[in-house]
Amino acid sequence: MAEAADLTQFREETRAWLEANCPPEMRQPVKSEEDVCWGGRNFKFQSDAQKRWLEVMAQRGWTTPDWPREVGGGGLTPAESKILKEEMRRIGARNPLNSFGISMLGPALLKYGTEEQKQRFLPPIVRGEIRWCQGYSEPGAGSDLAGLQTRAEDMGDHYLVNGQKVWTSYADQADWIFCLVRTSTESKHGGISFLLFDMESEGVSTKPILLISGYSPFCETFMDNVKVPKDQVVGEVNKGWDVAKYLLGHEREMISGMGLGGGTALLGKTLGEIDDPALRAEVAAFDVDALAFAAMSERFIDQLKAGEAHPAMPSMMKYAGTELNKKRHELIMAGGGSDTLEWESERTRKGKPAREWLRTKANSIEGGTSEVQLGIIAKHILRLPGA
Amino acid sequence: MTLLTDDQRQLHDMAKSFLAEEGTIKKQLRHWRDTGCKDGFGHGLWKQFAELGLTGIAIPEDNGGLGLGATEAALVLEEVGRNLTPSPFLTTAVAAARALEGTAQGNRWFPGILAGDTVAALAIDEGKHHRPGAVATTATRSGNGFTLSGAKQFVVHGASADVILVAARTGGSVGEREGVTLFAVERDANGLDIENVTLADHSKAARLTFNDVVVDADAVVGEVDNGWAPLSRALNAGRAGSAAELVGVAAGSADMTTDYLKQRKQFGKLIGEFQALQHRAAHLFSEIEIARAAAYKAAELLDAGSDRAELMVHVAKAKAGRAAALSVQEGVQMHGGIGMTDEHDIGFYMKRQAVLDRLFGDWRFHAGEVARLAGY
Repeated sequence: MAEAADLTQFREETRAWLEANCPPEMRQPVKSEEDVCWGGRNFKFQSDAQKRWLEVMAQRGWTTPDWPREVGGGGLTPAESKILKEEMRRIGARNPLNSFGISMLGPALLKYGTEEQKQRFLPPIVRGEIRWCQGYSEPGAGSDLAGLQTRAEDMGDHYLVNGQKVWTSYADQADWIFCLVRTSTESKHGGISFLLFDMESEGVSTKPILLISGYSPFCETFMDNVKVPKDQVVGEVNKGWDVAKYLLGHEREMISGMGLGGGTALLGKTLGEIDDPALRAEVAAFDVDALAFAAMSERFIDQLKAGEAHPAMPSMMKYAGTELNKKRHELIMAGGGSDTLEWESERTRKGKPAREWLRTKANSIEGGTSEVQLGIIAKHILRLPGA
Repeated sequence: MTLLTDDQRQLHDMAKSFLAEEGTIKKQLRHWRDTGCKDGFGHGLWKQFAELGLTGIAIPEDNGGLGLGATEAALVLEEVGRNLTPSPFLTTAVAAARALEGTAQGNRWFPGILAGDTVAALAIDEGKHHRPGAVATTATRSGNGFTLSGAKQFVVHGASADVILVAARTGGSVGEREGVTLFAVERDANGLDIENVTLADHSKAARLTFNDVVVDADAVVGEVDNGWAPLSRALNAGRAGSAAELVGVAAGSADMTTDYLKQRKQFGKLIGEFQALQHRAAHLFSEIEIARAAAYKAAELLDAGSDRAELMVHVAKAKAGRAAALSVQEGVQMHGGIGMTDEHDIGFYMKRQAVLDRLFGDWRFHAGEVARLAGY
């Protein structure tokens, strides 16, 4: 299919602009966690190039290409966004900004936020000035998220929040939190509100959780008499579950991207020589699954943008993408033999393969377990009884 | 974009309603099996395909066809798969038509295919596994033409075909692509023995023996020694097409199974209420969606002439083969005892899947080709 003339022109302009503005260092593959730009009040840029790349992209609204221009976004059509992505991939350009504000909160604010909330919170997300974290799970509310107990008491001119969240990703580095709280005990799903507040508010504290990988990407977050202004509720009071579900759809979409393994390179090409025919067969079967999933991912995004995706499809993508990512790392470990078991040596860059392999085991737990996703598919897509 | 155009949606809707009405298991598959039809499909239905223009789906417009691509073929084939409709559509209108396009033999056979009078078959496999590079059948120059010797098997509709496209070796050695020549051989050629074989899904394929079959020089499709070009066109179209048909088989089987989960009661409950079955059904849904995306992507890349098309065709056939295998196995298991009976239709899906998976190479073959193309 030939590309429409205006799109071809957009592609040429985009290519020229990226050529002129993407620093050469930002065209190198990401080597470690430090290379990832998360932005925020306390973020320390690793290089001038990293800072400049964020600035030029943000100025154009291209950190959020398909958000409206009114809030600082790029205002691109789905077809244009896709071209931008393709052109960035073509030169190996890094993502200028990783952000839960972009992938999770932003879409929810665009749908449920007041005009004032959009103007206040979205432009700093686009520019990478405020780093957000998500306060959903609690010690007693994991898969059964709606059972959450963190209370927000109506004090007339503000809410008083008390409770504990868990698995708060990067809470120790985030500036603000979007948080589910109980504003009513009359109904389980109908007593939840969606609240935003500053992590520097009095009464907020965090504690990192050490995982089996030896990393601590998650925290416990404690709220002890935290005062939150009333205009920081998103959507209606007691109707936060709708906002939460909408946001979870976007979170699942983001997590499902893991199935792409960061690119379209075939696993079998990256493992070095495979002398075991059984492993070779397994890797080939994996590469079939991975390339098929990449096709699914592209189709899903197109359907989503065209409004043709079933609302429960993010669950399918999340399920398939995370299971695939776990499998990828199982095979990387198998292909690496005993080399990849080294936990601290420089040869393995301090146990990178093993630690990443262990980290992936959370993929099918965080953002709703695989079993939760399968239940959603069974109920909402297959319409099975009693699901 | 991976979304369908309005024209493609219309074609899909048309194929869907046509096959759901005329191509049903009861009217076609079961009927022709129970009446012992030697072709395994109905010529009346093939005529209807022609009246709708579908026999000319891939035939160039200059030859009077619709001149459409692999994407459109996939849309029709998904519905063929869903209804298990037996017909020569895949082999004749999709695969053989691609081999014949732009050749003198095409001009000869296209009018009959367009009219729904002609059936074309592909004779590629020589052993029990699909190894298209390993052509050992020989074609030796003699007089004004060639003499063919060798044997072929799994030639779908071989005994019903008017013309059979035969890959034979005019040069090179077994395993090489160069030196393969494609011939259009008529069914009643002297020295051609045809054994009509009924397969597990009640379709017909043939074993052919070429006992010094003499053909004219103009029987060559394309160029001598360069048969890999038309052959690979047919293989890509056949593989992408059978992947789409497998997606249809998988979806048809899964839909039938999901419906059953909503009707069958045990232990005082609908069995669809049991989480063990819900999760398996949901996993199956996911696999089928992914297989469909892969099949559409392969077709899209073929239509765009992309250099990634061949890789994606292998991916699509492998993924669809596995998704369909899962679907029919879960289908029979979740139907329980009734699923083992001939009276119920679910077993037909299992049998069709087995045949379609092997046709143009099974999923293991294609996974191996992905590894080979990727260089590991």
